[in-house]
Amino acid sequence: MENFKIDIDADGVALVTFDVPGRSMNTLTSAVIAEIPALVETIKTDDAIKGVVLTSGKTTGFCAGADLGDMAAGMLAGGGDLQKAFDTGWALNGAFRALETSGKPVAAAINGLALGGGLEFTLACHYRVVENDPKIQLGLPEIKVGLFPGGGGTQRLTRLIGVQNALMQMAEGKSWRPNDAKGAGVVHEVVEKGQSVEAAKAWIKNGGKAVQPWDDPKFKIPGGGPYHPAGAQIFIMGNAILRKQSYGNYPAVLNMMKAVYEGVQVPIEAGLRIETRYFIKTLMTPQAQAMIRSLFLSKQELDKGAVRPAGVPKSDPKKVSVLGAGMMGAGIAYVQVMAGIETVLIDQTQEAADKGKAHVEELLKKRLSRGQMTQEKYDATLALVTATTDYDLIKGSDLVIEAVFENREIKADVTKRAEAQLAEGAVFGSNTSTLPISGLAEASVRPEDFIGIHFFSPVDKMMLVEIIMGEKTGDAALAKALDYVLKIRKTPIVVNDSRGFYTSRCFSTFLMEGMAMLEEGYSPVLIDNVGRMTGMPRGPLEMHDDVALDLSYKIAKQTREDLGDKYVPNEGEQIVATMVEQGRFGRKNGKGFYDYDQKPKVIWPGLYDLAPTTKGAELGESAEALAAIDELKTRLLYRQAVEVARCWEEGVIDDPREGDLGAILGWGFAPWTGGPITFMDQTGLKAFVAKADDLAAKYGDRFKVPALLRDMAAKDETFYGRFAPQTKAA
Amino acid sequence: MADAYIYDAVRTPRGKGKKDGSLHEITALSLASQVLEALRDRNGLDTAKVDDVILGCVSPVGEQGADIARTAVLAAGWDQATAGFQINRFCASGLEAVNVAAAKVKSGEAGMAVGGGVEAMSRVPMGSDGGAWPTDPSSAFPTYFVPQGVSADMIATKYGFSRDDVDAYSVESHKRAARSWAERRFDKSVIAAKNQLGLTQLDHDETIRPNTDMQILGGLNPSFVMMGGMGFDAVIGQRYPEVASVNHVHTPGNSSGIVDGAAGVLIGTKEMGEALGLKPRAKILGGASIGSEPSIMLTGPEPVTRKLLGKLGMQPGDIDLYELNEAFAAVVLRYMQALDIPHDKINVCGGAIAMGHPLGATGAMILGTVLDELERSDKSTALATLCIGGGMGTATVIERV
Repeated sequence: MENFKIDIDADGVALVTFDVPGRSMNTLTSAVIAEIPALVETIKTDDAIKGVVLTSGKTTGFCAGADLGDMAAGMLAGGGDLQKAFDTGWALNGAFRALETSGKPVAAAINGLALGGGLEFTLACHYRVVENDPKIQLGLPEIKVGLFPGGGGTQRLTRLIGVQNALMQMAEGKSWRPNDAKGAGVVHEVVEKGQSVEAAKAWIKNGGKAVQPWDDPKFKIPGGGPYHPAGAQIFIMGNAILRKQSYGNYPAVLNMMKAVYEGVQVPIEAGLRIETRYFIKTLMTPQAQAMIRSLFLSKQELDKGAVRPAGVPKSDPKKVSVLGAGMMGAGIAYVQVMAGIETVLIDQTQEAADKGKAHVEELLKKRLSRGQMTQEKYDATLALVTATTDYDLIKGSDLVIEAVFENREIKADVTKRAEAQLAEGAVFGSNTSTLPISGLAEASVRPEDFIGIHFFSPVDKMMLVEIIMGEKTGDAALAKALDYVLKIRKTPIVVNDSRGFYTSRCFSTFLMEGMAMLEEGYSPVLIDNVGRMTGMPRGPLEMHDDVALDLSYKIAKQTREDLGDKYVPNEGEQIVATMVEQGRFGRKNGKGFYDYDQKPKVIWPGLYDLAPTTKGAELGESAEALAAIDELKTRLLYRQAVEVARCWEEGVIDDPREGDLGAILGWGFAPWTGGPITFMDQTGLKAFVAKADDLAAKYGDRFKVPALLRDMAAKDETFYGRFAPQTKAA
Repeated sequence: MADAYIYDAVRTPRGKGKKDGSLHEITALSLASQVLEALRDRNGLDTAKVDDVILGCVSPVGEQGADIARTAVLAAGWDQATAGFQINRFCASGLEAVNVAAAKVKSGEAGMAVGGGVEAMSRVPMGSDGGAWPTDPSSAFPTYFVPQGVSADMIATKYGFSRDDVDAYSVESHKRAARSWAERRFDKSVIAAKNQLGLTQLDHDETIRPNTDMQILGGLNPSFVMMGGMGFDAVIGQRYPEVASVNHVHTPGNSSGIVDGAAGVLIGTKEMGEALGLKPRAKILGGASIGSEPSIMLTGPEPVTRKLLGKLGMQPGDIDLYELNEAFAAVVLRYMQALDIPHDKINVCGGAIAMGHPLGATGAMILGTVLDELERSDKSTALATLCIGGGMGTATVIERV
């Protein structure tokens, strides 16, 4: 065996060390999965082995779960051959089952994180000891990539801790820390670092039983199954809560619930077969395939610098200055110091700069109080921030990021002042979200080192950074900006200059389609409800409130000034203008499309005068109503996707992975789609263009697809086919 | 095809469906048997001539399980030749049993049959039979399942009925029920429920509150706020995104009561009636069942009424009296709104809000009630209907002869 090493001690306890060669982290690769049956067979048949302790040979963790790319390829290798897919899927589940029924006690010594299939491996052991290390997480996060636990998790965790607790954990993909895992009943024992193997051996030597709780004839599932009076409530409520959360957009959520519901009613082995069937079914859905590709594979690639220009030596930014200590600047400062970057936080007054540092302090304190950070680490990290008004302190910075007001003059001024302090080769990044970079770069004496580095708010939570190439931005600046983004552990996408770049531009179409519906006479309630039902995090009107109506108004005004005769007014622009004139700026002043002075927020009654509700009579109890709702959902998603296609044609984006992930992480584009590019590809460009044409005829030119898309549709191409991404870095 | 005639209709009083209810100490089998005994004894029936007894029962488990209809036939001492089977169309089971009996008669399969139902809700609680619909994600998810109370609240919200509207309806239901008892309008149908000694255990409907008023009802807390907040409001909101939020108006005071009771309707051909020396009271013009949107669930009476009247070539105005089971006040208010039915033509003797809703039996009970009322007020046609779990509607139209 390549991946497992067996050492039998004098007492007959076999220490099985899981250590995948050539990898920094253990994952369940197809090679590992292929070896597990042999491992189990050895355990079962080798008379020298009285008991087993399973542990990891890696310092990085026990096991991070399945290698999703590998696994999906393996299970789907048979094309439509479902029996073959089942057999492949059953290989692991069957082996885990064989392990727990081998007749020999098996204890897991969990000496590092155990996620997904990693945790499921340990659930097939009779005893689990975990080391008390705050870095260790135990969890089943599969739902986040469009799957659900398919290595026995839906069957064993439910039987171990009850359906309700198991469902909550699996549906949110959350992890436990070691002591919480003990409290939840997921592990039996928590020991100090380095003690897990010993403790596991002790359990075996003290007569640990080789029988899982669910193989005891008297076993009853904690909390009851679906036709137990209390258990029924759990299932009935569970169905409601899962629909509430998923809006029915995620087959994985439904199939997970089916696996639990059907599986807990039968003996575990049958339950495991049921789980495998639903797992295969899920894996075959476009949603799961889309999510695995974008949220797992593409994210991994971009996080490793897949789009970094080759040939530029790797840089390591050690000192970075941030201009503007508002929410954005302070957030940037926080993620920098968390990555160990010395940070100069500059604002016009010391008071403003200090306020920014106080925000960093606040965020760090949260980590401290949650035990995610030691006092020493906290002190050292906070000491990395210097709050000042003094531009001289910029000296020695590898990078400067400006996060000042969205005003050309102010930006030009700080650019000049900062560049005066910068050494040759240092990069100036602008965190503008609306102003074209090439224009801002005119204020720079070194436009080749001027680049857009667009963060999202709140910076500590949002995973994406959009890097914008100005006309003159050089590869060296791009490489350095990417090195910086990777260092602060964000996911970068690189786009070319355009008004609103990629994310703001496409996101705004979601808001505008909502405005179009409002103008047409749909009720604001319906618009936002339908908006959420598409899988977007919030409806277009409430998101418009979040963005701020006065900002929307100002951007429209600026754009009108910039474009002159070429300006095309936005949908519902007049409604927004009237609201702003009446002092309704959005959520920030508690008055927007909604009134925020009560909870939950309610639609501002005056909106019905500005935009009387005249449509929606087709909605109601009829089966056709669902089609009417679908049409509204389709409009909201298509409008964004068409804009993405335009961005592609204009060269704003050129890598489908960036287009997809940028949309999901940047503006919350419905994750179940895998992103707008995959959404178009999976719809089929022919069908997409036909539907967009239909929408254009009904609702206007904003749905008109670019020539590129029509051409691709005619040739039956896909974005991922025609523009297959080249992975530059592994 | 033969015509189906109603020869008799009987029901037990409705006892409060709790441990302190008068009928709690009487078994479901006894209630069903007493109905069959009454049908036999009142009509001097040669039970061997009755081909089948069909009883609705919504929680057919425990003492109500294993085909309580055949069990009751035997326990009531009917001739062993009479078959029996139990059906379940949720709240409309009792009326569906009548429709099935009528269909058997019309088709010639049966010359004489009983359609009725039984539910001892104090003894076999609602939901005792489990069921996949809300529990199995394969059915709960695609149908936006919510409990009926949330559906009823959505009906009130979507069709614009306030808490005052539903409470006012309830006050009227209690008034009408009390008046009907005072005027002995139920005398023809109601048989006293007997205990183990054969003594009268209950001779009147036990849950009527003649003195209830808006203030008393207004003081009750809405029943489905918590359930809605736990996720069901959001679920039905996904089916009705045009609705901002569910207005929870239903309380125990304006919803049907949980009670124990049984009922039966004797149906046969003209020929068999003559052979047995019976006098027909009404002709069953037709029956129908439909499916409707399952999440809002309780709006089926409108489409089933339209369907049935359409089949019979009738208009809503051709019906003299309507009975729509008062599952929840908003269900009736919506029905009146949709079909433009004046309040003085519907549920004129009160309904389940006042007198209770013994699930499996109610359909047969309200048909008997409206037949008595046709005769009392000398009117001709009536339509009885019920809203049903799962999104269905069942209706029956009768005409006096």
